Amino acid sequence: MSGRRESFRDGTLEPMVIHRIEVATRDGVDDARGRAALAAASAAGVDPLPSSIRCARVYLLDGDLDAGELETVQKDLLGNPVTEEAITGARGSGQHSVIEVHPLPGVMDPDADAVELAIRSLLGRSVSIRTGVRYDMDGIDAASANDLARRCLANTLIHNVHDGPYHPDAFTQGTDRIVEMPIIPLRDLDDAELQRLSREGHLFLSLEEMQGIRSYYKQAGRDPREIELETLAQTWSEHCVHKTLKSTIAYEGPLPSGERPGHVRLEDGRTRIDNLLRSTVAAATFELMDDGIDWCLSVFVDNAGIIAFDDEHAVCFKAETHNHPSALEPYGGAATGIGGCIRDVIGTGLAAKPVAATDIFCVAPLDTTDPPAGCLQPRRILSQVVAGVRDYGNRMGIPTLNGAVWFDERHIGNPLVFCGCIGLMPRDMVAGDPKPGDRIIAMGGRTGRDGIHGATFSSAELTDSHADEFSHAVQIGNAITEKKMLDAILEARDQKDGPLYSAITDCGAGGFSSAVGEMGEQLGAEVDLEKAPLKYAGLTASEIWISEAQERMVLAVPAENVAALQKICDANEVEMCDLGQFGNEDRELVLRHHGTEVGRLSMELLHEGIPQLIREARWSVPEIEREGTSTQPVESLLLSLLSHPNICSRECIIRQYDHEVQGRSVIRPMVGVHGNGPGDAAVIKPVAGSSRGLGIGNGLATGWESDPYLMVLAAIDECIRNLVCVGTDPTRVAILDNFCWPGCNDPESLGLLVRAAEGCYDGAKAYRAPFISGKDSLNNQFTTEDGRTIRIPPTLLISGMGLVEDVERCITMDAKRAGNMLVCVGETTAALGGSHVLKVYPDLFGDRSLPVTDLEIGPARAKAVAAVIEQGIIQSAHDCSEGGLLVAAVEMAMAGGLGITLEANAVAGNHDLLTGCFSETPSRYLLEIQPDMLEDVRARLEGHSLTVLGQFTDDNKLVMSEVSMDMDALQDAWTNGLLI
Amino acid sequence: MTLAQVLFKAQRPCPYNADMTDRPTALILTAPGINCDEELCEAFMLAGAEPNRVHINRLAANPELLDEADLVGLPGGFSYGDAVAAGRIAAQVIRAHLWDSLRRAVERGVPMIAPCNGFQIAVQAGLLPGPDVGASLGDVPPTPQVALVDNESARFIDRWVRVEYPSETICIWTQGLDAESTDSVLPIAHGEGRFVSGGLLESLEQSGRVAVRYAADDDPNGSEGHVAGICDASGLVMGLMPHPERYTRWTQHPSWTRLDSDCRQGNPPGLAMFCNAVSWVRSRKSATMQA
Repeated sequence: MSGRRESFRDGTLEPMVIHRIEVATRDGVDDARGRAALAAASAAGVDPLPSSIRCARVYLLDGDLDAGELETVQKDLLGNPVTEEAITGARGSGQHSVIEVHPLPGVMDPDADAVELAIRSLLGRSVSIRTGVRYDMDGIDAASANDLARRCLANTLIHNVHDGPYHPDAFTQGTDRIVEMPIIPLRDLDDAELQRLSREGHLFLSLEEMQGIRSYYKQAGRDPREIELETLAQTWSEHCVHKTLKSTIAYEGPLPSGERPGHVRLEDGRTRIDNLLRSTVAAATFELMDDGIDWCLSVFVDNAGIIAFDDEHAVCFKAETHNHPSALEPYGGAATGIGGCIRDVIGTGLAAKPVAATDIFCVAPLDTTDPPAGCLQPRRILSQVVAGVRDYGNRMGIPTLNGAVWFDERHIGNPLVFCGCIGLMPRDMVAGDPKPGDRIIAMGGRTGRDGIHGATFSSAELTDSHADEFSHAVQIGNAITEKKMLDAILEARDQKDGPLYSAITDCGAGGFSSAVGEMGEQLGAEVDLEKAPLKYAGLTASEIWISEAQERMVLAVPAENVAALQKICDANEVEMCDLGQFGNEDRELVLRHHGTEVGRLSMELLHEGIPQLIREARWSVPEIEREGTSTQPVESLLLSLLSHPNICSRECIIRQYDHEVQGRSVIRPMVGVHGNGPGDAAVIKPVAGSSRGLGIGNGLATGWESDPYLMVLAAIDECIRNLVCVGTDPTRVAILDNFCWPGCNDPESLGLLVRAAEGCYDGAKAYRAPFISGKDSLNNQFTTEDGRTIRIPPTLLISGMGLVEDVERCITMDAKRAGNMLVCVGETTAALGGSHVLKVYPDLFGDRSLPVTDLEIGPARAKAVAAVIEQGIIQSAHDCSEGGLLVAAVEMAMAGGLGITLEANAVAGNHDLLTGCFSETPSRYLLEIQPDMLEDVRARLEGHSLTVLGQFTDDNKLVMSEVSMDMDALQDAWTNGLLI
Repeated sequence: MTLAQVLFKAQRPCPYNADMTDRPTALILTAPGINCDEELCEAFMLAGAEPNRVHINRLAANPELLDEADLVGLPGGFSYGDAVAAGRIAAQVIRAHLWDSLRRAVERGVPMIAPCNGFQIAVQAGLLPGPDVGASLGDVPPTPQVALVDNESARFIDRWVRVEYPSETICIWTQGLDAESTDSVLPIAHGEGRFVSGGLLESLEQSGRVAVRYAADDDPNGSEGHVAGICDASGLVMGLMPHPERYTRWTQHPSWTRLDSDCRQGNPPGLAMFCNAVSWVRSRKSATMQA
């Protein structure tokens, strides 16, 4: 690309101009986008509000088009003759205030890319396109209109907001430059200077790590070049190596009973835990694999964990977070989050085909007013995060089938965005290794300056100034680039003679530096950075190397297959390039730019050189809160709970996701007579012609920070319960761990993490549910302008998938028929700690301790309940969780369009009625049973405390002793609790 | 009426037979961003056809591939990212590079189905609603006459809707569905599905070219006349916003766990449409052979 502003046409020199085309709906045609913009402004509480907003699409074209061609583009390509009017230039603004929102130069603009491609196809001509949106606002002045746009329609990290129509004379262009690689005089720096370099250079390495690097270079007798430091910072980042979870920990405090691998009692009474992750989460998996679980095919080593599905197929599952980017630019952050997770699945083994996606969000309450400086309003975050997942997942053609939304005010500066993806692959393709001499092939999107320092950024703590400092880490995704790449990769995988490549991985955090560095770990690699196609000129070698531009994968391809792969890429309109070669004598990473060596690092330093620290962790048994003293009527508590944002319907979110695409969905997120009941888990039937299914569920461990051990056990139990309730075999469930924690340099915080990890070990072993993959996101805390630190509640997402032998035996949670009995399997205990009833009414009397998951009973009950479901004698099953038994019972009745009559004594059990109704004791299931099947079920569930609670009815009422409530009122409370 | 009260009765048996040798071929056109090609292939396969996916660029280079197809499917998805508007760019590529071969296929009487993004492409390419009875498609693609625009809610919506199959329709795909299932459901998943007739509604209705309608009280997007799908003057080319290809097994019904086991028999209406088209091709083939 050049900065050329003139061209010869017909022998005469004409100045190039930027053409502007504006497309608006015709008068009299409904402008749905304009109305939606107005509704968004109204929901955000914008004042003054315009009386109307009209929306128009704007296209800026830089290229050599004659009048006829321009008319073709304007009329045929950009406008719709039936409903729209396309004009060149700009309409007059009349009485309106006109605001235009355009992506900043360099920000991904998928629409512009697609229009460029279309014009190439139609006219055989390359033009350069930029797009924007024009808003005509009625009844407010220009300043108010600008303010509205900034609050609701644009994010100035990625958008320019223009007052009036924007019609530039020229596009800003980068220019080629070759910058000499700077050498950093690291050997001469003292410790303070090392720390300064780490922070100001956005390396985010600890002093010990910086010292380790200094001593390596002192020994090597030279100073590092910039690109080498960047590579080390990426590879050693928390995001890439999980150094906190893998570190050695000196833990002070009680441990759960039982023998624990890697735990050594020290003389001072503390416990040394060598590599926390390996001694807990991974230890459980390996012990289970030694003890008969033979269906784990790949755990912890690849981009996703893999288990056997049937004789020919395997399934893999990965979940990731994209918290920091989503805090600054929720739409792009969430979209690139799901995009990256999908690429992880594509880059697992020798490539898997994504077949399902999951999403779990934790945000601050939507009614939060005046968030601290540097934080976006939570409603905007949630709606934009949903839109990002929607636009990316739907475009990729992957059904989004399972999720959760959780609200806690401590997420104001650190929303959590978890994205999961499940892939299906042939069983003989679960592993790949690069061979010496393989070409390093990069595929997919071009490399730009976007996403620089994403990996190190994710390891930092957010502050009010991060939006300015880290705008370059924020990105917009382009799902179609990824979809095309997926199509090409699956074609290259499914060749008659086997895959055209020997290994594949995605370019995620750290970009090429991580992808090539990881793939070449055993072999070494030589890279010519100028070979990477760039989005625009002007990138330095370091920027190319660490850019986290989206939609790229790296493949190790035998030289003889490169041409065949190129052909497949061409057919699918996918760009690929040959960056160099895997393998060299000294197992080194060698980086060149235009033939000049710009970096050289030993793979040993990169992958094994990270200094091991001993970290301090502390935990003590918390004091139980003092009990409350007052009481409340069941009716008002029930209504508050049903409309509580953690419990109420998520339909307004779920319906924006395509959960039918691929045609394999069997149990969807919304079930029941009106399709509006909260399904416990999803089931897909991933293999055509086979009736075997895969259940997908989750349990979110959060909010029980007084003991994360108990919190994690309850979440594992919940995940298993959810899966069992739809018909999943609990003996064939694999789970994932995604830790989101506040800063772990604080021993108290790390102590909580240790407790959680111990819970993972005990929970996974007790339920025989191996962890197969995991990730962590630490430092989720926000420092406000006035120096206050807001820490998120420690949070662990347990995602689970498990086999369903025959999908036709699946059941759902909606009550099926009046006259059927409702039974509870499992005893209710008095512990109300962490329950929602205390969130809606904190002064309620009752036991404040946390519920304890019984590790004998919980797994045994899951198996027993699964067995009666498998027998076909259960009409519906529902997990008894957030809100407690009464909420779950009402959900079943609502989803079935029925009423319910409950026996107050049965609900109360050994407790008072409120405890019976609202305690959130784990390991409980609600089952709907035909009266004539009751004794059969009772016999099969002997020893699992089966209580008949009541009966479903036709009369559209909840009746329980003196309580009598209209089901419609309950339905309204539940339906309207969360609207975005 | 709720979804669960909607029963799908046993439909006519499908011509599918594992040993069948003379399976009609179905060309499934893919493009960057098309993502419902697999379920469309599976639906054709279950109905007894042999699906063959062909990328739009490959077809542009080998347009004769269309001349060999007995059936054509334009799948759903987000072709070219639905940049500018849903289906717009794919439609332009078709107009520029594939018009002649598609026109030949239409003139040959090839049944075509275009669900969702396929429908959006077909109307903008000028394939639908197409010329009046007796007239044929011209050498030059016509200006689009109808449109599918942003849903009234301006949001992408995924849900099942109740639909009706007008009894007077000439569409071969939906023949018989009205009688066998007076009230039926289909899944929708789109952001731009609101049908705008450009003044043609009455003539489309009168000529029996409305093939599928949303139930008046269950219209998800504000379509004119609640139109969910239309066909051309021959009744062979159908475009519709719902996804019949996602309703070929009863476990795809949104509340199938509520259905009695005797309702879980036979072909759901989605599959019945594909069976109709395959039967049509087979009977025409055997008629040609006898002649």
